[in-house]
Amino acid sequence: MGIKQVVKGNFATAVAAKLARVDVVPAYPITPSTLFPEQISTYIANGEMDAELLLTESEHSAMSAAIGASASGARVATATASQGLKLMSEMLFIASGMRLPIVTAVGNRALSAPINIWCDHQDTIAERDSGWLQFYAENNQNALDLMLMAFKISEDHRVLLPSMVGLDAFVLTHTMEGVDVPLQKEVDEFLPPYKPVYTLDVKNPMTFGSFGTPAHYMEFKYQQWEAMKNAEKVIDEVFSEFHEKFGRKYEKVSEYKTDDADIIILTMGSMSGTARAAVDSMRREGIKIGAAKLTVLRPFPFKEIKMLARKAKVLAVADRNISFGFGGAVFAEIAGTLINEKEKPMLIDFIIGLGGRDITQEDFYKIAEISKDAIKKGEVEEMVHWINLKEVK
Amino acid sequence: MASDELFTSGHRGCAGCGMAAAVRMVLQEAGPNTIVANATGCLEVMTTAYPETAWKIPWIHAAFENAAAVASGVDVALKKLGKREGINILAFGGDGGTYDIGFQALSGMLERGHNITYVVFDNEAYMNTGIQRCSSTPFAASTTTSPAGKFSIGKKEKKKPIASIVAAHDISYTATATIANYRDLKKKVRKALDVEGPSFIQIFSPCPTGWRYPSELTVELSRMAVETGIFVLWELEGADMNKIKVTYWPKERKPVEEYLKMQRRFAHLFKPEKKTDILNKIQEEVDEKWKHLEELNEMAR
Repeated sequence: MGIKQVVKGNFATAVAAKLARVDVVPAYPITPSTLFPEQISTYIANGEMDAELLLTESEHSAMSAAIGASASGARVATATASQGLKLMSEMLFIASGMRLPIVTAVGNRALSAPINIWCDHQDTIAERDSGWLQFYAENNQNALDLMLMAFKISEDHRVLLPSMVGLDAFVLTHTMEGVDVPLQKEVDEFLPPYKPVYTLDVKNPMTFGSFGTPAHYMEFKYQQWEAMKNAEKVIDEVFSEFHEKFGRKYEKVSEYKTDDADIIILTMGSMSGTARAAVDSMRREGIKIGAAKLTVLRPFPFKEIKMLARKAKVLAVADRNISFGFGGAVFAEIAGTLINEKEKPMLIDFIIGLGGRDITQEDFYKIAEISKDAIKKGEVEEMVHWINLKEVK
Repeated sequence: MASDELFTSGHRGCAGCGMAAAVRMVLQEAGPNTIVANATGCLEVMTTAYPETAWKIPWIHAAFENAAAVASGVDVALKKLGKREGINILAFGGDGGTYDIGFQALSGMLERGHNITYVVFDNEAYMNTGIQRCSSTPFAASTTTSPAGKFSIGKKEKKKPIASIVAAHDISYTATATIANYRDLKKKVRKALDVEGPSFIQIFSPCPTGWRYPSELTVELSRMAVETGIFVLWELEGADMNKIKVTYWPKERKPVEEYLKMQRRFAHLFKPEKKTDILNKIQEEVDEKWKHLEELNEMAR
């Protein structure tokens, strides 16, 4: 059994990196993830962690150094957010293309302009094509656990892809919660040292990051596609092993009171608890409503979403992001997943909580109301709704 | 070519590529216990078209602007894994990846004090993308984005003094070199590898494709750049430019015109009529520079 500690989300990700015996941490501080490099540097300064902290001059260089370090055979972790993730963006695609299992904690924060330091999921959502696995934490315990599992999943030779673990800006990164911090011994048993397939080694010189002509490029990309497919299975295996070892159960999609639900609200991140509380309130009022939480966005949990969709008349997607000119990104992916299903629920998209706007139970009441209306009318009149929006003059 | 070359033949470099010769010389000196982090550019494109490679040492390329940062990651990783001892880490970049887009990553690497030798192969324009202007491009050179024309004499601005700027970081060793001065180059590579901490070598790398001259003249052009005084061979430990050591003093500097007229990127300075004012300006700047170097040399005596 671990030790109960009351910690911030950022601390949870840093302690996970320590417990994972990360070799190299290249980092550039950015709100709301700054506590991660601060905590790692404190660990090193106090002799509690044997790692190299590389404080680069930008996030771009942090991810570049992560690539160099990972290709050298080191276990590598970093943390960033928002604009920092955008500056890394070029290197994110290269890290996955070079099949380097780097793990990055992302304090999910809105993107400029206007500049805003508070929570939404736009930063990681905009990187969903980058070839990284994506996990979203609901609470600080999730942040710690998902970080630990991310190493194991990423480093599996069937996968060899990097992972990002999203935790909501401030709501998690800076909020104290009780977290069960596993013992080093337990983590060592769960997570063996990283065994790379190839490294930069003078005894066996190899060329990394070569030039891929049209004759070869597609096959490289296909192998990434296959690796992401493999990750579906590896995630299940690791979730199950983690459950056995630490007693905490993880699912790609977690359902709550969905079995007889007419309406299911799908959420990601810290809003999920609020959604479940709202479901409880509405259930007491006789509304047949349930909630589901998406923990894994990449690889996308097709099977689980299809199973979920069979249960409801309306699947209401709470998107804490916006793809301008379309709608929420998660909604789009769910619509795509269900396109060939014979029977599918009505799908309605709700843009919610951008730039740190509070998400309350009232918001989920509003979502339920619009969903009930669609059931009554038998059609979805408007596909995308903005929730808790002030009048724009 | 000897069979123990670490940069092997069969790559796709142009005939007369100054950089290819320079890379070969650098690796001859560095030896097999060397890891290279390479920026995007001609060098990466011409040597690593999958599934072939010209590199017999571990080599990594990630992107254009970050060879220094990738090399930094390799450095700390090997240190942590206990594999750093006896390994040279080199970062290779073209002038585009060093002077311009990769300048920040380079500055960061220097400031952090990594024991890495950064080598810039300076061919004075973005050659890989088709001869566009760089901050390394010299005054009056015609490129595809600073073309000479009725209202243009080519690039309006001066060449950025990259090696002096790098030296200002107060690093262990900074030097300039050319492939025409082979022994000088090898000596400087050796010094750069032997010092603790960051070192930097700027290698003047004539490009027949971009400078538009016959490919057999690459070594000759390197020599002429030095003999006219356009390119100064020097080295320095630390940041004090007053302590700069010129490693080759041309006996009698040749007129810059002789160097310029060998290359079609400067053809507009000679045809249809000779642009004497521009040529004089270039000559005067070179004269000024050498006057200063001679003064420093006098002071050092």
